[in-house]
Formats: sequence, C-alpha cells, structure tokens
Amino acid sequence: MRLELSGITKSFGHLLANDHVDLVVEQGEVHCLLGENGAGKTTLMNILFGLLHADSGEVRIDGRPVRFADPGDAVRRGIGMVHQHFMLIPVFSVAENIVLGFEPLKRLGFLDRRRARADIRRVSEEFGLEVDPDALVEDLPVGAQQRVEILKALMRDAQLLILDEPTAVLTPQETQGLFRVIRSLASSGRSVLFITHKLKEVLAVADRITVMRSGRVVGSTGPAGTTEAELASMMVGRDVELVVKKEVAKPGPVVLEVSDLSVVDDRGVTVVDHASFEVRSGEILAVAGVQGNGQTELAEAITGLAERAHLSGSVRLGGRDITGATPRRALKAGIANVPEDRQTDGLVLSMSIADNLVLDVYNQAPYARHGARDLARARSDGQAKLKEFDIRAASVDDPVSALSGGNQQKVIVARELSRPIKLLVASQPTRGLDVGSIEYVHRRIVAERDKGAAVLLVSSELDEVFALGDRIAVMYRGRIVGIVPPSVSREKVGLMMAGVSEPEVEGAVRPL
Amino acid sequence: MTTAAPPVPELAGVPPGAPSSVPRWRALLRWMAEANLAVVTFLAVVFGLFVGAILIVVTTPATLSAWGQVGSHPAHSLSVIFSTLGNAYGAMFTGSIFSPSALGHAISTGRGWNTAFTPLSETMVSATPLILAGTGVALGFSTGVFNIGGQGQLICGAIAATYVGFGVHLPQVPHLVLVVLAGAAGGAVAGFIPGILKARTGAHEVIVTIMLNYIFLNLLNYLLVTPPLQQPGQSNAISRVVPPSARLPHLFGGGLRVNVGFLIALGVAAGASWFMRRSTLGFEFKVIGANPAAGRTAGMDARRATVLVLTISGALVGMAGMATLSGTDFFLSSGYGGNNGFNAITVALLGRNRPLGVVLGSLLFAALSTGGRYLQATTNIPLDLTQVVQAVIVFLVATPALVKEIFHLREAGASKILLFSKGWGG
Repeated sequence: MRLELSGITKSFGHLLANDHVDLVVEQGEVHCLLGENGAGKTTLMNILFGLLHADSGEVRIDGRPVRFADPGDAVRRGIGMVHQHFMLIPVFSVAENIVLGFEPLKRLGFLDRRRARADIRRVSEEFGLEVDPDALVEDLPVGAQQRVEILKALMRDAQLLILDEPTAVLTPQETQGLFRVIRSLASSGRSVLFITHKLKEVLAVADRITVMRSGRVVGSTGPAGTTEAELASMMVGRDVELVVKKEVAKPGPVVLEVSDLSVVDDRGVTVVDHASFEVRSGEILAVAGVQGNGQTELAEAITGLAERAHLSGSVRLGGRDITGATPRRALKAGIANVPEDRQTDGLVLSMSIADNLVLDVYNQAPYARHGARDLARARSDGQAKLKEFDIRAASVDDPVSALSGGNQQKVIVARELSRPIKLLVASQPTRGLDVGSIEYVHRRIVAERDKGAAVLLVSSELDEVFALGDRIAVMYRGRIVGIVPPSVSREKVGLMMAGVSEPEVEGAVRPL
Repeated sequence: MTTAAPPVPELAGVPPGAPSSVPRWRALLRWMAEANLAVVTFLAVVFGLFVGAILIVVTTPATLSAWGQVGSHPAHSLSVIFSTLGNAYGAMFTGSIFSPSALGHAISTGRGWNTAFTPLSETMVSATPLILAGTGVALGFSTGVFNIGGQGQLICGAIAATYVGFGVHLPQVPHLVLVVLAGAAGGAVAGFIPGILKARTGAHEVIVTIMLNYIFLNLLNYLLVTPPLQQPGQSNAISRVVPPSARLPHLFGGGLRVNVGFLIALGVAAGASWFMRRSTLGFEFKVIGANPAAGRTAGMDARRATVLVLTISGALVGMAGMATLSGTDFFLSSGYGGNNGFNAITVALLGRNRPLGVVLGSLLFAALSTGGRYLQATTNIPLDLTQVVQAVIVFLVATPALVKEIFHLREAGASKILLFSKGWGG
C-alpha cells in the first residue's frame, strides 16, 4: 500500500495542531515520524485512522482519495493502529482478544476456538510474533501485550501498521524484538508508520524519516544521511546537547546507607533481596535493571512508601535510622522523591500548578500559618518557579493536566528541588519525555549532585544510566548483582541485568 | 489498557469577563450555551418544573376533561390547562416564598407582616437541617468519602442534644452553646465509627454508614421507651421536652418560626467553604479525595484524613439533628428527622459539594417541599408531584451528560463538570 497525505490541516480552537502536513509512505517502507510531544504526530495519526477529521487536506491510498468516517473504515481499508495505551481486555485470552469483532464461527453461532488459534499461530509464526493464544492478557508482560496488539491488526489484514510510541513501555530486549518484527513486516510488503521521539530507534529501524515540529513537517530524510544530533536539532528547533556535561564526581561523606534491606510485597514475595549499598554526598548512584526487578520497591522503601511490616534490614540517612519511616518523616529528613509514575504518585492532575508545587510543603511556613494557607504566596512563588524551572504554562492557576508530560515532570522536579535536600531519589525521571525536557531534567540532577546532594537514580534506560551514573548498581530479581563504574562496557551491564553475577562477567571490575 | 480516549482537546468556552477576542456579550452567549455547572443546574430545574407541568396536565381531572374538548373548544381547553398550571405553580410560589396579595396587604395596612412572611420563614426552617447535613455530606464527598450515614448521625446528634437539653440547667446562652456542641459531638461519634473502621480494617464506609443508620434508628426507638429519655408518665415513644433555655430563639419573634439555627447553618456553610479553600487540612482532604497516591507520596496520611473527614462530616450532620430539635420540635419521637439525612445527600449533589451550592440547593429543595405542601392543601394536586419534580431535578443535575444532550449544549471546559466523588473503588 502506498499512502499519501497532502495538505492535512487540523486546528483545535486557535491551536493549529497540523498545518498543511504532507507525508508519503511507500509500500514495504518503515517510515518514522519523529517529533517532540505536542508536535502534532498523534493528531495526524488519529486523522489517518479516522478518529479525527481534518479541516482540509487529502488522504490517498494507492493514488485514490479516501475519507474515513471512523476507525472501522480505516481498518477495512487495510490500516491498523497500535495505540500507546493498549486496547485489550485483560481477563480475556490472547485468542479471544485478537478475534474480538470478527470471530470465526461454527454452526449455530458458536465461537470456533480451534480455527482462531490456528489462524493466530499461522500469522504469529510468519512474522516472529511469539504469543501463547491461550494465555490471559493480564498475565502477559507488556512486550507480549504489544505483540497481541500487532497480531490483532495483522489478522485484520492491515497493509499499513501505525505504531504510536511503541517502545515507551518496552525493555531494551523487547525493543530489539519489536524491531525484528517491524523488519519482517516490511519485507513482507507491508508498510509501517512508526511514531516516536527516540533518536536511536529512528536510526536503527527507519527507511525514511519525517520530522515534525509545532504541527508542521520540518524535514524528511533517510537514516544514512543524518545523525542523532541533526535529528534532535530539527525536532527541537535549536542545537541540543545529547551528552550530559558533567565533571568528575567529588564524593563526600556517606549520606544514604542501605544495609541488608529486604522488602516483601503484599503476597509475601521477596521483591528486594538483602540489598546493601551506600550513596555519598556529591555522587550519583544509578540503579540499572530491567523493569520489575525490585528497583521500584527499593526506591519506595527509601522514600517511606513501603509498609513498615514489609521491611527488614536498615536504611540510614546521614547516620539516622529512617527504616520504615512515614513518607512525611522521610521528606522532612531531607529526601526528595521524583516518583516513577508521575501522574499517579507525583501530581494531582485536576489541581492547579501552584497547588502541585506546594504539595509537600503546603502546611509549612511560608505557605501556611496557624492552619491557614497563604494562597497568594503559593501563587507568587509558583510564578517564579515557572520561570526558574522553565515550565511552559500560561498561568500557575491552570490545572497540571493541561501541561505536556515534560512540563508535568518539571513541576515535580521544581517542587522536590525547592526544599533543602540531602538525598534525591529519582525513578525513571525522563521516561516518556521529549528531548528538550530530558536534557533539562538531566542537567538539574547533575546540578543537584554538584551542590552536594546524594542522588539515587533508578532507570531502565541504559543510555541514562551511563550518562548520569558515577557508579552503576545492577539489580536482578531483587538482588544487587554488582556495583560497577560507568567505564565498563554496556554488554557487561547488559549481562548483569540478565542475572549473570558480576564475577562471572569476564573482566568485570570489582565493586567500589 | 485504558479505553480509547479520542484526544479532542476541545477548548473550554470562555467564561464571562475572561480575556477574549470576542465581544463580551458573545462570550456570555457562548458561556450560556455550554454545559457548565450553572447552566446545567438551571436547566435541570426548568426541566423538572416542565415534567411537573406535564404530570399536572395529564392527571388533574379538570385538565383531563378539557383535553376532551380540545377539538370542539380549543381556546377554552387551553385556557383551562394554562390556568390549572398557573394556579399550581402560583400556589407553590405562594406557599414557599410569599403571597403577593398578603405582602401587598401588609405594606398598605402595616399589619399582617407575619402572614406575609410565614411561607418564606417555613422554607428557611426546612432548609436549616438540610444546609447543615448537606454541608457535612459534601465535605465527605469532596474527600472521596461516601457518607451515606447522614440519617444515623443526625439521630445521634439529636439524642445528645436532647440529653443536654433536659439534663443540664443553665442560663439560655451557655445552655444553647452546650446543646449545639452536644449535637455536633453526637454526630461526630457516629461519624468516627465508620472512619476508624475504614482506616483500621478497610471496611467500606458506604456499607458501614448504611448499616449504622439502622442501628441508630433502633437505638432511638429503644431510648424513647426507656428512662431517662422517655417523657415521664407517657407510654408513647416520645422524649422529654427540652426547656426554653435549650431552644433556639426565633429571629423575628412573633409567629415566624425561622430561628437562630438558620444563621448557624449559614455560618457553618461559610466556615466549611473557608475550610476547603484555605485551610491546610482542607487542602489535604481535597488532595486525598482527588488522588490518594499522590497525597501519600507528598507525606499526607490518608487514614488519618479518612477518620477526620468522617468525624467532621458527622459533626455537621449531627448539628442538623440538633437544629430541628432545638429550633422547632423540642422533643424527639419515633421517625425523628424525617428524611433529612438522606435528602442531605441529594442537596450535596445539587450543590456540587460546594457549601454555597449546598445552601442554594437546600433552599430550593425546602421551597419545593413547603410549596408542595401548600399546593396539596389548596388544590387537590398531591405532594407526590413535587417529589417527582425534586427527583427529576436531582437526576438531571447528577447526569450533566444527559442535560447536555437534551438541550444540545456544547462541551464545557474539562474541569467544569466534576465527578461528585469516587465510586466503590475509593
């Protein structure tokens, strides 16, 4: 299928989300649509998929103009879409999810499960999409759920597959797997439109790259003729530093001392297994690991979010025991927390930016006196923080939900770094953010280190771990497999992330 | 795996006075055509009265016979229908606000003021417990706590106020202060129980408060036939009568029953409004109501907040029980408080959990009740009709999407129509 979009324009009120966008996807091509959050990529895809209607412009398939009234229309014309948030029914099996809406039937209208399974096996083998048709979707890891979504589209005979930020939820290994699937789709003659803001991925998988900024196409190129830096500056509209500038760490006294810490979850399963390490003032300890190996729980145990009864071992901050402290005590002891799930744990989306900026100091001077809040002070300080932390918002009275992901994260960073802190715990601080915001958050973390804070950075992105970490601790199934300097190779850290203990990794450096 | 959310960032309609490139009157028109809070509530009231009108037309014998003559005497039939409707809604107005003729008489002769203002006074009397209890329930809702135990808390407050009323002998002012505090304390205890149960065991407050309603109702029935609460020398289930020093003084003297309780209710609503907007504890309540996980991460204690909010909510509802006792009834009997504990939930919905809204919602609700009673007394339209009108209004206020469809309103800004509270998962 050859897809052509020409002159697509769509506005919401006075916001021009798409401004005369032209795009051509050839048959068998992997086309990457690159742009920051808010550049208009998702709007464009929603128009293509029939979820939105363009104000003007034309969509042509194989030269013929088409107009989709709704997603059903688009599907019938061979367009499949895998959304960023999956559209699966968790309590249904893989096969049931896939055939939902066009079920193969036996006589009397019964579902023909045998045929459904056989069909799914055939397609999944053809493209290397491994899934068990009988597994329940809720039991599958995210990467497998994504394969189910892709299968769903292929079973409906999609000739053009739109993938919206498909790697945001994947581990590095799963991402590699997805890329193999994308290549096999392309070699079978299908076209793939891949939406992302990650530069490395674009260069790894694209045949053709189109960059959008502020609703316009600002350039189109092949992967051979460009570099990450060039793509980044096209996306952002200025030169961007892809490498974090930082001096060699000057570690001071020990700030955080974790010894023999174990955490069990609600079901009694050990999720952090006898972890011991320390973080000094003026250094960043990066905790690497595949998502779900106990990093989240480790961070929660330190910031006071774990149940006391679930902990054993000890956590000390500046010599004082804070094992199982309440979140408020941990906060007052000088711990700043940038939580992993910013919308659930970090912000109250319906409340104003000003309120969110004082979410953990609302009851302290100068923001409150005798139990009454000083709203004017919260607003004026909030206004100052919009400037200081480069938060792009019209007013501090706007709800946080009106901000982009990057600006939401900056609100959290602004709040947490506005208190005097000894330890900064930052979990996945740049997940899902655009290049400009990533750069900003990284600079701030390094600045905090240089001011003398100890930093515990939890990240499943190896790039980030190597860019920021002064030392790298690798976690696997709740254990700290080893702590290595950032001078070791990615392969070694990769092996450790898969559970190979550090001495077994040939030539590995002894822990510091 | 969330459901599909078509990302249509429809821009919010411009509220009046907001900076905008369009002229002010057009901004106002746009605002009036969008499904925002004020417009939805107003249209719900209009629609409720419209449904009431249809019911009157299809159930009243006079209009029914008029229907039969639409073909032969259309003008006559229509005039019968319209005069019936006019009389009915006129009676509701006369019975709940004032009668223009009585007021005119009072103005011209200087006498009969009481008669002229009795309907309004009665409406304020009915609204008093609704405002107090509605504010209490709304406080819980905006913290994500469903307090369905208004009836039980109201009864507890009334029982405590009665004991202090007849058991303590003091001059009026200190006595009344004690009675008011006792009412609040009684309700607070009844609210604390589901609060502590939820915080300690996770027992859902909806179930616990509903069950407690029955317990307190039966406790009242038991106490009413047991000394010392029972009126001595009585075999009926009636409590002792509180002495004059424990009665809330009338505001205007004479026959008008509106009393200091109404001012207390307004004061409590104003206090609650300040509390939610300006106090640190109110902020904590709002954060926990909107996103408990973020509240916890920011150091707030959701369990403590649950206990506190149910206790405070119960205290306000308990004051409603006190207000009826010390304001108009002066003794307890079986079935005390009517449906005020449940109607409190309704006015909290009507007022969208904001104290000012609760005050307006309570006045509307009370006016419909007093007007409905007058309607029943003066015409033969039953009180049930006004209850249908009330129900329709509340139903529509609770379902903004439906009003938006019926009246073809535009989408309002996302934050304008709030969900009232979290559901069972909360």
